[in-house]
Amino acid sequence: MSIGHTLLGLLESGPRHGYDLKREFDEKFGHDRPLHYGQVYSTMSRLLKNGLVEVDGIESGGGPERKRYAITEAGITDVGAWLAQPEKPEPYLQSTLYTKVVLALLTGRSAETLLDTQRTEHLRLMRILTDRKRTGDLADQLICDHALFHLEADLRWLELTAARLDRLAAEVGA
Amino acid sequence: MTLLDQKKAPAATPPGPPGPTGFAAWLRDLALGIRFAAGGGREGWIRTALTAVGVGLGVALLVTAASAPHLLEERSARSQARAESAVPGGPDARAAKTDTSVLRVNAETEYRGRTIDGWLMRADGTRPALPPGVARFPAADEMVVSPALKELLDSSEGALLRERLPNRITGTIADSGLVSPGDLVYYAGSDTLTPDNGGHRIAGYGDPSEGEEMPPVLIVLIIMICVVLLVPVAIFIVTAVRFGGDRRDRRLAALRLVGTDIRMTRRIAAGEALFGALLGLLIGAVLFLVGRQFVGHIEMWNVSVFPSDLVPDLRLTALVVVAVPLTAVVVTLAAMRSVVIEPLGVVRGGRNRRRRVWWRLLMPAAGLAVLGLTGRVDEYSPVNPYPIAGGAVLVLVGLALLLPWLIEACVNRLNGGPVPWQLAIRRLQLSSGAASRAVSGITVAVAGAVALQMLFAAVGDEFTRMTGQDPSRAQFYTFSEKVDPGAANRTIEQFKATKGVKRVIGKVEVYVTRPGKFSGDDVRPTTSLIVGDCGTLRELAQIDSCKDGDTFVVHPRNDKEMSNWVDQTARKGKEVEIGAGLGGKPMRWTLPADSPTVTVRRDPMGEDSWGIMATTGAIDPTTLPGAMTQSQIRVDQSVPDVAEYVRNTAARIDPAMRVSSLTSVARDEKYASVQRGLQVGATLTLLLIAAAMLVSQLEQLRERKRLLSVLVAFGTRRSTLGWSVLWQTAVPVVIGLVVAIAGGLGLGAALIAMLDKEVTDWWLFLPMTGAGAALILLVTLVSLPSLWRMMRPEGLRTE
Amino acid sequence: MIPVGSLLSADSLHKAYGQTPALDGASFSIHPGEVVAVMGPSGSGKSTLLHCLAGIVTPDRGTITYAGRELSAMSDAERSALRRTEFGFVFQFGQLVPELTCVENVALPLRLAGAKRKEAERTARHWLERLEVDDVAAKRPGEVSGGQGQRVAVARSLAGSPKVIFADEPTGALDSLNGERVMQLLTEAARSTNVAVVLVTHEARVAAYSDRDVTVRDGRTRDLEHAV
Repeated sequence: MSIGHTLLGLLESGPRHGYDLKREFDEKFGHDRPLHYGQVYSTMSRLLKNGLVEVDGIESGGGPERKRYAITEAGITDVGAWLAQPEKPEPYLQSTLYTKVVLALLTGRSAETLLDTQRTEHLRLMRILTDRKRTGDLADQLICDHALFHLEADLRWLELTAARLDRLAAEVGA
Repeated sequence: MTLLDQKKAPAATPPGPPGPTGFAAWLRDLALGIRFAAGGGREGWIRTALTAVGVGLGVALLVTAASAPHLLEERSARSQARAESAVPGGPDARAAKTDTSVLRVNAETEYRGRTIDGWLMRADGTRPALPPGVARFPAADEMVVSPALKELLDSSEGALLRERLPNRITGTIADSGLVSPGDLVYYAGSDTLTPDNGGHRIAGYGDPSEGEEMPPVLIVLIIMICVVLLVPVAIFIVTAVRFGGDRRDRRLAALRLVGTDIRMTRRIAAGEALFGALLGLLIGAVLFLVGRQFVGHIEMWNVSVFPSDLVPDLRLTALVVVAVPLTAVVVTLAAMRSVVIEPLGVVRGGRNRRRRVWWRLLMPAAGLAVLGLTGRVDEYSPVNPYPIAGGAVLVLVGLALLLPWLIEACVNRLNGGPVPWQLAIRRLQLSSGAASRAVSGITVAVAGAVALQMLFAAVGDEFTRMTGQDPSRAQFYTFSEKVDPGAANRTIEQFKATKGVKRVIGKVEVYVTRPGKFSGDDVRPTTSLIVGDCGTLRELAQIDSCKDGDTFVVHPRNDKEMSNWVDQTARKGKEVEIGAGLGGKPMRWTLPADSPTVTVRRDPMGEDSWGIMATTGAIDPTTLPGAMTQSQIRVDQSVPDVAEYVRNTAARIDPAMRVSSLTSVARDEKYASVQRGLQVGATLTLLLIAAAMLVSQLEQLRERKRLLSVLVAFGTRRSTLGWSVLWQTAVPVVIGLVVAIAGGLGLGAALIAMLDKEVTDWWLFLPMTGAGAALILLVTLVSLPSLWRMMRPEGLRTE
Repeated sequence: MIPVGSLLSADSLHKAYGQTPALDGASFSIHPGEVVAVMGPSGSGKSTLLHCLAGIVTPDRGTITYAGRELSAMSDAERSALRRTEFGFVFQFGQLVPELTCVENVALPLRLAGAKRKEAERTARHWLERLEVDDVAAKRPGEVSGGQGQRVAVARSLAGSPKVIFADEPTGALDSLNGERVMQLLTEAARSTNVAVVLVTHEARVAAYSDRDVTVRDGRTRDLEHAV
């Protein structure tokens, strides 16, 4: 996730202090990983250097952290361009799980147990996320759903692989 | 033209190739439907088969009905062929004695409720005329019998009858001499028959005159029976055409998905129905032809039929052949109008479209009006059958039309109740159409039957004589023209010796006239002379003292005029003439002057006989010309077959002796046969309707297989669902029966008013309600096994 | 071998339909108030397991114990009575009686168990409200959406205050949003009333609403959390 673009986007609704920016970010996007204040500071200074934000005002008697930032025209254009550009879909072609399964087969360990263990772990996480969805707000639900759908995809792969373990063993073993 | 125009039109990029229009489109879609019906896989075949079998049954019945005219014609022709030929020269002319003439006397008898026709015959010459179907004239102590009678005589059941007809069987009567295969007839030879002891000389056989015209009242009855039996058959055919309609609609929805329009789907459906109906015609023909082969072996309520008599009337058959497929198409198109088949499913318009009542009421009202305006049918003028049949059809069909509205209206008001009731009612509320259709058949049949039964009861006194006989005093009456020495005494003694007989009254009766010349205008005073023993005479008149040799003059009770008339012949101390007008010299006898005058006593026959009564000591009965021996017999009715013992004794005394049983009601044979016909037809019709209800019930269960499994899953008792099936059948049937009984009573009352009679019994519909209940039970019971099968958990497994 | 404190348990069940084995040594157990997902590919025998557990189908071999009673020792009538009073059911489709209104459908199990009509319908209305479909109470199943119909079915399974609800692919015919909502309402209602739920599904996201899952493969169960 591009933190710079996210902070820029948050600024578009009006000028803010760095501290307010952090708080708003944490509230909306940072459930799992809150932003460090230093991260905000370094990002803002990079944006200032690039002319995407400007200092709107400084609170009297304050340090650098008391600056109020505002977005520039260039900044608005930059946010627009970022939103318009589609994200590159993740190809998932390098899978640790697949590597583990093949290695288990090659070394004569039980690939089935490996898959089952993984499956259980996936489902455990899905349960936790489902439970969080129950108590969370809409933002929470959407974020959890995103994760759940991915986990479900993984699970399907696990099941499919489990069903085809014999053939895979024959191919990698030969 | 359209096709050509389109071809010539410039290629204006039409969206697709132009399809045929108008008639061509019709033909194409019908053909497509037929192809679907024929090649629609298992599902399509089941549907087509159901329709075809249903229509086939209906067609077989219709064709059988169409054979009735020919059947009746053939039967009456054969019946007339074996009647004696008319002798030219008026009703009193007698056949002359020739080489071919035959003396015969009717020796009809009855055995366990069945009538056996028979004649004693004696040839006058060497080449006696033979009745049809008989190859050789029976000699004395021989007889020729019909196959059915032979079978009866050979069986253990006929042992008592064999005693009565002991003659050696020398041959059987061929079919040409029988009215029906079950006809019981015999011709027995005699060497003692003379014109004096009852013999009647005939010149030959075959009565070329027109058959007896049916009384108008009977014609009205027959018209009603045809209407009552055939309207339900028509309704059944209409129902059969719609068998499996729900599934078909779903298949048609799939057709809509690939681009057929609504009109095309309707025509395709019509094509499917047409195929089923055509197949049904074929099945009907096969059923009729095959059934005809077996009909000779079947006897139902003493009705049997020769296969060769079952030849359908050509015009009526043509009508069936044309009307049935046409009905199939029209009914399907009409049914499809309330259904919108969308590409993704079927929308039934039935629920939005409320049934309107006014035009449904119009029809039965119009029917009653027609019947009312037809006016009175009197007993002798010819009847115009069309308004009667038309009016009755309007009433009955109108009832069938009224029923769907009424069922809907009733069911929508019902609510509450236990679970099975609720399930059934809700089901009917959602779609009562299928139920109404099946039940409308019952309605017509029952309404018609109720009307007919009322008519029968009211018309009854025309055919059923309330005889006024007193069966507690005597149960049998015999009558013989053979009077030989001591006939009366012997008759009495032999009957007294018969098993089960308690009391016998026997008398010899002859007409006596006043001697002298009378001018043409004056009627010769005549009365009867009754000879019997004192016991007998006491039964016939209020006699205080009686000893052998006494004579009496018997006057009617409270009838001066008739008493005077008796006295004009029975002049005490004067002569009377016996046997005047029989040809030959009449006998003269003097009535003793000291004969007391007494009042009559009603005899067990319910008759008063007055005139002269004499004991056997006063006059020898064997010397009386033209006398008849009569006896009245009282039996112990707890003795089984007592009637057969009495008849056997009678046959031993004189094979030509008539024996009739005295019951309060004696039925006219023709009337009885009409009623038998109604019974046979009503049974077949009700079975047919039960079949239709069963098919739609089973169809519905199959549709709900999954739902039933789900209901079982959450613990529904079998009995709960069983009861709901019962209610679902019972509610419409009960409503239908109420309509039928109300309509039937109305129709019956109208018909009775038309015949200028009184309604004698308003409760005749009770047996029909029993039949309705039996039908409900039958349909429910037969559908239960299928319900149990559908309730198995396998239905839960998703395919 | 009955796990301690279990409400319903089954041990080494075998069941064959003709030649095809559907269950080949399946075991199962569930505690009061627990939601257990039965997962597995189609044809693995999970529906048959559910049918056996619910006493709809009798297994060829093996034991099923409900609240200390052996199911295979009961008569058909006894098992029907058990299903009426102790169990509730939700299926994928085709389970509502089309001619009854929604509220009558929900009241049906209560009425089958002998409740008065008024009382049954009052309870039914309460459950329709809880499942957020009280607005369709007077409609017939044909007139409501798939999601609403399924919620009515869930309300019906809960209305008889059962001890166990058997749900066979309850969201199978629904889109994800409706499916999620139905699952949420079902599990919440079940947990709050201490009802055990046997949830047959092949969707992991539906199974994620459970407390525990059991996998059926080729007619055999694998209870992974217990095995590990």
